[in-house]
Amino acid sequence: MILFELNIEEEKDIVAVRQKSREAAVNLNFSFVDQTRIITAASELSRNIYQHAIKGRAIIEKISEGIKNGIMITFEDEGPGIRDIYLAMKNGYSTTKSLGLGLSGSKRLMDEFEIYSTIGKGTKVIIKKWL
Amino acid sequence: MDKIPILKIKDTLVVLLQDDLTDSIAIHFQEDLLKKIFASKVKGVLIDISLLGIVDSFLGRVISDTAKMIKLLGAELVLVGMSSSVAITLVELGLEIGNVSTSLDIDSGLELLTALVKSNAVKEVDNIQITEEGKNDFI
Repeated sequence: MILFELNIEEEKDIVAVRQKSREAAVNLNFSFVDQTRIITAASELSRNIYQHAIKGRAIIEKISEGIKNGIMITFEDEGPGIRDIYLAMKNGYSTTKSLGLGLSGSKRLMDEFEIYSTIGKGTKVIIKKWL
Repeated sequence: MDKIPILKIKDTLVVLLQDDLTDSIAIHFQEDLLKKIFASKVKGVLIDISLLGIVDSFLGRVISDTAKMIKLLGAELVLVGMSSSVAITLVELGLEIGNVSTSLDIDSGLELLTALVKSNAVKEVDNIQITEEGKNDFI
């Protein structure tokens, strides 16, 4: 079930994604530490879109699998794509002046992490956390 | 909010960071704070992050860089009010902010800041004595 769908075009949209992912995580009854992990990962991944693709969106959903419930956030953009995902996932690798912790760090903070990217078409990152 | 208020209380600058911080506000804040340290010649800065729900890699780097810059200006930074969940998240994220002095709350932060500033002052005095002795030897 989709809870929020947000466009990421301006810097303040990163703040909006943080606020909405907090709202979703609180409503789904995640622990305080898990809320913090989810919001932090959402902040990293929406900044990636703003910095690399300029335009994209975040979709925050409630998900279920059998008896377990969780949160899924999809970040998708039509940006330049990632040439070498393996390299991009490495700690400290960055094509901007950032620390290069966005992708690898978000993966560590969440239970599941998927990334798909096509050069010239865009990138999609899906993160999940189970209750 | 497009500017973060920086308060001067006696010989210390005090800042309270709030949640709706955008990246550019954080960068402007860094510049503002350094200018203010230079202009007011304070030796200590206290940044309270107790109202921040999260610290991500961008803000973490701004804080860690700011601490280094403050040191270059001859002052000290103490970060207070980090929640346990922010501490857990920062470490899992892989962010190194080990160069930043931290304390649990404003009270203990001010104590730590006073101690750090004092030990800097002692170091300065020591250096002066050493150079004076050195001079005498040389003469």
